[in-house]
Amino acid sequence: MTEIIDILISASFWAAVIRIASPLILATMGELICERAGVLNLGIEGIMVIGAFTGWMAVYQGMPLWGGVAVAMLAGMLFGLLHSTLTVPFGLSQHVVGLGVTLFATAAASFAYRLMLPEVTSPPKIQPFQPLDIPVLSDLPWLGQALFSQTALTWAAFAVAGIVAFTLYRTPLGLAVRAVGENPAAVEAQGLSVTGLRMGAVMVGSGLMAVGGAFLTLSAFSSFFFEMVNGRGWICIALVVFGAWKPGKAVLGAILFAAFDALQIRLQQTSMGAVLPYQLFLALPFILSILALILMSRRAEVPAALMVPYNKGER
Amino acid sequence: MSKSEGAEVVLRLDRISKSFGALKANDSVSLTLRRGEVVALLGENGAGKTTLMNILFGHYVADDGEVEVFGQPLPPGNPRAALAAGVGMVHQHFTLAGNLTVLENIRLGTEHLWARRHPDARGKVERLSRDFGLSVHPDAKVCRLSVGERQRVEILKALYRDARILILDEPTAVLTPQESEALFATLRKATGLGLSVIFISHKLHEVMAIADRCIVLRHGRVVGEVDTHATDKGALAAMMVGGELSLPRAEARAPGKVLMQLDSVTTPDHGAVPGLKQVSLALRAGQITGLAGVSGNGQAALAEVIAGLALPSAGTLSLHDARITDWSPRVALSNGVGRIPEDRHHQGSIGDFDLTENAVLEAYRTRFSRRGWMNWRAARAFAQEIIAGYDVRCPGPETRIRLLSGGNMQKLILGRAMASGPDIILANQPVRGLDVGAIAYVQGQLIAARDRGAAVLLISEDLDEIMGLSDVIHVISQGRLSPGFARGSMSAADLGLWMAGQKFEGADAA
Repeated sequence: MTEIIDILISASFWAAVIRIASPLILATMGELICERAGVLNLGIEGIMVIGAFTGWMAVYQGMPLWGGVAVAMLAGMLFGLLHSTLTVPFGLSQHVVGLGVTLFATAAASFAYRLMLPEVTSPPKIQPFQPLDIPVLSDLPWLGQALFSQTALTWAAFAVAGIVAFTLYRTPLGLAVRAVGENPAAVEAQGLSVTGLRMGAVMVGSGLMAVGGAFLTLSAFSSFFFEMVNGRGWICIALVVFGAWKPGKAVLGAILFAAFDALQIRLQQTSMGAVLPYQLFLALPFILSILALILMSRRAEVPAALMVPYNKGER
Repeated sequence: MSKSEGAEVVLRLDRISKSFGALKANDSVSLTLRRGEVVALLGENGAGKTTLMNILFGHYVADDGEVEVFGQPLPPGNPRAALAAGVGMVHQHFTLAGNLTVLENIRLGTEHLWARRHPDARGKVERLSRDFGLSVHPDAKVCRLSVGERQRVEILKALYRDARILILDEPTAVLTPQESEALFATLRKATGLGLSVIFISHKLHEVMAIADRCIVLRHGRVVGEVDTHATDKGALAAMMVGGELSLPRAEARAPGKVLMQLDSVTTPDHGAVPGLKQVSLALRAGQITGLAGVSGNGQAALAEVIAGLALPSAGTLSLHDARITDWSPRVALSNGVGRIPEDRHHQGSIGDFDLTENAVLEAYRTRFSRRGWMNWRAARAFAQEIIAGYDVRCPGPETRIRLLSGGNMQKLILGRAMASGPDIILANQPVRGLDVGAIAYVQGQLIAARDRGAAVLLISEDLDEIMGLSDVIHVISQGRLSPGFARGSMSAADLGLWMAGQKFEGADAA
């Protein structure tokens, strides 16, 4: 027990929590935008792989780090365009298209990797984002290390969450996005384009997912592996539900999940880790997430038109 | 002479035509609307009223013809242009987002997407709701509002955009009589302030009450245009259906033996909706039992008990003098209970199933399958039989049922319920939302079922319907059931006192 308390009060634990949460927050915000507009984007897992790959490759080819982020975002938006073209104007099944995009994107990353680096056995490293030194805040005892020694991309993740929340709740655009996920006929009747809003939301959302993927190669690690996204996309879909489709609650969910993840790594090194099989620790964040999901999502208001294609003029 | 004769013409539809495949929904329809005038667009379901208005509003593009608003031609297929020209439409199925507040719904689409909020939106909405008598709280979430309140939000939405022409598509279909009165008061205020209204309806008494002029559509064509004060309901009805038509009235008959008996049946309350309180009711062969009452007073609970969807928490149910112990929808069906559910879209049919599949929903395990395999040939033949026998107008049995009009959907459900020759027929709001022709048809079928010896329970909120068809009338109020009143023994006003629950107190004391 004291071992767990020791972990929880260590500054390095909280620094890890924030770091693990960052890509989840970015991709969760992306998924949240899509779903608020009425489109379930199961392409998230593959789009994160594409983001991780293109961002890293751009930097490896000599672009600046922020250039890599921009390239990842553009690549994500391109896959978002593919997804939304099939699901919005053509009204195809969002499940089938989403899984298809994930398979296609993952395979495309693999193909491009082999094409561009045919001779390489282990992936080359890049110089990733470094923790920012913020005057005063970073020098605070404990807090400075726990919360204020993060990379610029982490700060960007939290800023994105704020911008998404502000846009959804404080601007006419956000109003239109929330309405199009609830009752597209209402949007149509007010003279706005259902197709435009939904495609736009999916493209921007997919761009954010790709940046979430790029966080892994450009900030968390310094290289690209095929297995590195490792189900984070699916976690983000659960986090949107956990957050009841609200940005603030979704960020809390991401931090909670990250905390469980950081905790399980550290628990493996304690005396408990010597007794219990390590797989149990690996499963811990998922088990706790499922429990939290059950508790939190009872009264959630699902966007009423989520996964319902809009066909103009149909009864 | 209409009161606004000579006033400025605000809207002119000129020879509008529109076809959907082989169907001519609008055939050279022309219409003018003047300032301060209410024009009723009257016609049966499928006559082309809604299509015409959707063309005006830019949801559809006409094949031919022109629309002029305030003397300016309106570009086709552009709702934005229609809104900008001052046309506001209140759709039959509300176009509101339930997760947003009233104010948010009203503001939606009125501002540039990137701009900050309109500073005085709230003030304008409050002013409009005061001026037009449309009281609704601007910060209430739409999903928590009643149907009447939602309609007020729809009207506010149009007024907020400075609409000068209001189109209301079947606005009273979902309202209580009191709410309809309030709506008419609002419309009178609006025309007094110089707005013009197109009122789409198939309810004749409302058209007579509110409209200055009536335009009657049939099969997509204008078949008549009359000043309301120069005509009467009978003439309008004849124009709508293309001939004289009277609603069936059932003649009195001697009742037969009791087929189903409820004794002191009680069911639990569901929140604000009361359950049944010690209800005793006998359904007799050859008799239509009418159940009158304001919606939400226990009608649903009674229907659920009879259909086997709910079990009483106290009291007993007997069928043919035998007490029922094991009761479920399947047992009810196999014991000859035919059901016409209250909500034909959600309980009565599966929208994306075709007519064949919907037709066999109640009997697919028994009549239409053998050793676990569906007999689709028999199923299709059965669907064809209903389509022909009950005049279901549709392209064929492969049509998805959601594409049918309400009347045709109801005829299929009616045919399905009647196919097994049920002894007991539970008809819950069987004609709600149907047009005159379909109402006459459905009611005629219920009377025919009675005449061959079935016991019919007719649940309706429409007193005229109850009084016209029932051999015996019960009133339900707060889950309590009144004694049965024989045909003609009670006036509508007397029944109204029972519906309001006042008479129950007297009966309890006695």
